[in-house]
Amino acid sequence: MADDGAMRASARLIVNGAEHLISAPPGRRLSEVLREDLGLRGTKLGCEAGDCGACTVLLEGRPVCACLVPLAQAEGHEILTVEGLADAGLEHLRRAFLAHGAAQCGICTPGMLMAAAALLQKNSHPTREEAAEALGGVLCRCTGYAKIIEAVCRASDPPARAESPEAGAAVGAGIERLDGRAKVDGSESYGADHVPEGALLVRAIRSPHHHARFSFGDLEGWRKARPGIALVLTAADIPGRNRFGVIPAFADQPVLAEGEALFRGEAVALVVGEAEAVADFRAEDFPIEWEPLAAITDPAEAVREGAGLIHGERPGNILTKGRVCQGDPQAALAASAHLAEGEIETAFVEHAPIEPEAGVAWLESDGEAPRLVIRACTQAPGMDRAECASILALPEERIRIITAATGGGFGTKLDLSVQPLIGLAALRTGRPCRMVYSRRESMASTTKRHPARMRARIGCDGAGRLTGMIFEGDFNTGAYASWGPTVAGRVPVHASGPYRVPHYRAEARAIHTHSPPSGAFRGFGVPQATIMQEVLFDDLALACGMDRLAFRLQNAMRDGDSTRTGQRLAAVGIRACLEALHAPWEAALDACREWNAARGRTRRGVGMASCWYGCGNTALPNPSTIRAGLAADGRLCLHQGAPDIGQGANTVIPQIFADALGLPVAQIELIGPDTALTPDAGKTSASRQTYVTGKAAMLCGQALRAMILRRLNLGEGARLSLEGGRIIAREGASEASLDPAQLPPGPWGYVLAAEESYDPPTTPLDENGQGAPYAVYGYGAQMAEVEVDMGTGRVRVLHIHAAHDLGRVINPILAEGQIEGGIAQGLGLALMEEYIPGRTENLHDYLIPTTGDMPRITPILIERPDPEGPFGARGLGEHVLIPTAPAILNAIRHASGARITRLPALPHRVLAAIREAGG
Amino acid sequence: MGYHRPADLGTALEILAGQAPRLIAGGTDLFPATDGPLQGGILDITAIPELQGIHRTGRGWRFGAAVKWAEIAAADLPPCFAALQQAARRIGGIQIQNSATLAGNLCNASPAADGVPPLQVLDAVIETASCNGARMLPLAEFITGPRRTALKGGEMVIAVHVADDHAAGASAFEKLGARAHLVISIVMAAARVVLEEGRIGRAAVSIGACSPVARRMPDFEAALAGASASDLERLRPVLAGEAAARLSPLDDMRASAGYRHEMAVEITLRAVARAIGEAGEAGNAEGDGHGG
Repeated sequence: MADDGAMRASARLIVNGAEHLISAPPGRRLSEVLREDLGLRGTKLGCEAGDCGACTVLLEGRPVCACLVPLAQAEGHEILTVEGLADAGLEHLRRAFLAHGAAQCGICTPGMLMAAAALLQKNSHPTREEAAEALGGVLCRCTGYAKIIEAVCRASDPPARAESPEAGAAVGAGIERLDGRAKVDGSESYGADHVPEGALLVRAIRSPHHHARFSFGDLEGWRKARPGIALVLTAADIPGRNRFGVIPAFADQPVLAEGEALFRGEAVALVVGEAEAVADFRAEDFPIEWEPLAAITDPAEAVREGAGLIHGERPGNILTKGRVCQGDPQAALAASAHLAEGEIETAFVEHAPIEPEAGVAWLESDGEAPRLVIRACTQAPGMDRAECASILALPEERIRIITAATGGGFGTKLDLSVQPLIGLAALRTGRPCRMVYSRRESMASTTKRHPARMRARIGCDGAGRLTGMIFEGDFNTGAYASWGPTVAGRVPVHASGPYRVPHYRAEARAIHTHSPPSGAFRGFGVPQATIMQEVLFDDLALACGMDRLAFRLQNAMRDGDSTRTGQRLAAVGIRACLEALHAPWEAALDACREWNAARGRTRRGVGMASCWYGCGNTALPNPSTIRAGLAADGRLCLHQGAPDIGQGANTVIPQIFADALGLPVAQIELIGPDTALTPDAGKTSASRQTYVTGKAAMLCGQALRAMILRRLNLGEGARLSLEGGRIIAREGASEASLDPAQLPPGPWGYVLAAEESYDPPTTPLDENGQGAPYAVYGYGAQMAEVEVDMGTGRVRVLHIHAAHDLGRVINPILAEGQIEGGIAQGLGLALMEEYIPGRTENLHDYLIPTTGDMPRITPILIERPDPEGPFGARGLGEHVLIPTAPAILNAIRHASGARITRLPALPHRVLAAIREAGG
Repeated sequence: MGYHRPADLGTALEILAGQAPRLIAGGTDLFPATDGPLQGGILDITAIPELQGIHRTGRGWRFGAAVKWAEIAAADLPPCFAALQQAARRIGGIQIQNSATLAGNLCNASPAADGVPPLQVLDAVIETASCNGARMLPLAEFITGPRRTALKGGEMVIAVHVADDHAAGASAFEKLGARAHLVISIVMAAARVVLEEGRIGRAAVSIGACSPVARRMPDFEAALAGASASDLERLRPVLAGEAAARLSPLDDMRASAGYRHEMAVEITLRAVARAIGEAGEAGNAEGDGHGG
């Protein structure tokens, strides 16, 4: 085939056994051909650079990245995509992924399945090492790869199909994800996958400078010269308030900058038009003049006397400060037998969900005024609606947010990204408008984990009992507020860890710089603070000659103890977590001694760390509402509005609801999340969904049950079933039935319906940070075994034991998946992840762990019921990441003497620290 | 202009001479460097038979320019090519190895190209062609700087040759990066040794990612003559001295310059030690063969 690069030619492809004639340019990426020309959107795009492997397909049986194959090279060849796995005899691989919980958000799943398919066709029973090697080219950000590798190794011996639990037995059952099937057959529809007929494409023009003034040239002339470009939009086109931010009082970020951009990657204009025209124009040709200005990128410089103000109304470039103070820590430290002090610095960390931000907006009419529909990946549909209403000057009821399947979030998809941009474009053009961030755009423009500079001093007495602690942390919050105030507030509450510290002062500041906005990332600053605290605990244990586990156990909080904010806690799980590590800890210490006695090139060490973490908003209202109804035709519908970004709300919330109601979880029809169909279940953040939305689901299930039993005049002990569209209740010898078809329609079109809300009981913090900021805390402790190459400083993590108190385990497979995935992100934070604006805006310069970087993980699930949580459950999602990095750093030090003060612990930093320690 | 995928070399060279198109082989560098669709003239060289295959020639080995790294990794080759095969398995993931080509890695001329040190220790020679004829260029003269080669307008790489004289002994490749897979090297090194009665007869050593183009270490190679594995630590200062003189590593987000200097030495010594081990085993196996 020879034709003009831009011209179409005809190419024959055999895709999943079917022949297709494609009319497209020969240089078109195979990924585009599959997704756009053939509508096979099961093949996902994560980077379009061969760095993530999400678009892996088999070309003549060999795995390739479809984003790197020109159509011309695929011509005449057989291509297998995720949609064709069953016909290729690989349905058992899909089943194994489901049964083992290998798909969380599911965005990497098609790529994983295809890479695994290539392996299994050669080797039906691979070893773990062979599987890890074969999958090394596909990145996953959710799972830590453990369950994926397990599924691949055992794919050819499929487990017996698990029976769905009976009524009352859903909580605690490791059921397959209820939304899992679509994730393994390629039919799941993420932000970029829904493309209405005639949709226009939106592309943003972004600042290439950390700080710059800009002015536009002849926008209209530029547009007219380019057929297919419908509109150019700037700040002047925004009908409402050109400001957004997750915390309304601090909303400061323009949707499109007004004359001055405050960080590299900030959007300044939108180009809307036909897909090809929008994809084709060169950004350099856009009529804009940039005037670069001095940029402050270092927080120390930002707070210096006389530094320029990034936001005029925020003196010293300080966004907010948080403080918790108890007793007299200065005096306590002065009187301590042992004192440990240190400073630690951490980097920007990028969430790197494998799905870049994407969505589509259109107008729908239900007979009255048209309604703007925005369908996008998100963690916070309710907040999206409120913010878009303000930006677009529409009443909230005229905006509908549909939560697309969301390919990972970890905090970054709490903030607005594409939503107001496509909403504005759809309003202005009247046509569906879609937008898909490129990987570079996603990395440059979305939020990051706050870089921290922390100092702390901690003391203990001669017997190793903690006496006092002073912590100070500066958090680089970037150009805009985002979740900076939350980080500054959460850190001082948690910086002691779950330990008894009688005299305490912790202060945190969120400081503006000309950097990407730092926001929410799994833990809101607590992972950084925990590194500081846990590293110093090792110093103290050494100083007083105690075993490091014994030191932590001695100081761990107990039931009935009060926190540093003066909150008395009933069910404190940290001791049980630490005790669960006792046997593996002793064994690991012995194994390290034995290994190191050989005096080889590598040395091994073991380290540990704890976590505690308050679930839900800090001392603020945080309600969730769940609705359920029984339809006249006997359908049992659960309106579940908690976004499932992979963590499992679509499964866990129904499990809780099912047991509260007393019907089998398999009989529930799931609806939502969609602001037109589901009540607000709040945002997926702060490890709150299992606890807060779960509690609302429990209350809702109980209410519906009470309603049914009242109708049937039966007592609380009755057993319910739903058979042939009728509710049957049995209690002892008596049996009663309810035919929904005979009941009059009630609210929301159901014959019986319940809607319940739950808001955690918290109290505000006073000026010393005293109060009850969270109603439920979760606890955990992890232990890492590492091997350090003493010649290069390269660290390999061998094994992590992770003991977490979940209160009550709702779904053990999903819980283990959270632990393994959190550990992968904690390992990345410790060893390799460092986002540098302008330098690591892709997934080959910014490193996240691959299959080969992950240790063996042994999750240990502990159940000490929480009096407030549903069925005793606590949150888990963020807890799992917090202890990992400090446990690894403590293990590195145990192995090699290296004391890491700047993260990540890249090989050159580890080697320098080994030298400093005299190793 | 347009997208051309000729099936014979003559046509390809004509297009190359006439239109100055951009070349695409595996696409693993070109696509990531392209925002949006490929535009302008493109010459796709993957359908040209002369550019395929790994073959013995009368005087050595010939690797077609468009041979994919996965083919190199899977090929049945003597132990002198072990470094090249080990590097092949570290170039991206399997997906990349199934697309990326030998010549692509050379022509992209990244200072961190994993394929270059293993070919340097084989004294590889690059065969190029244009409408004006063919040229044979030593690899050392082919890559002239970061992202720069000696290719002239209208000229392309046809094959990589390794002469029998250099296709001897055993080799090893060592790569240091901050993660296990899909990682750009901080430092890498290849070493090839030919043993004579258990001691090094000839050695070739090359270090990558520490200078604009990977560098051989001729003084250290000379010092290795007569050495055995137990002499390597003694020779560390020789290598360190030469590395300090010949290398000019960068300070970047992956590592400091000082660290790269030090690791160049460490990683190279490890590569030499492994190559000696491999050569010893290969020698023993040969010996066993004769004995049997």
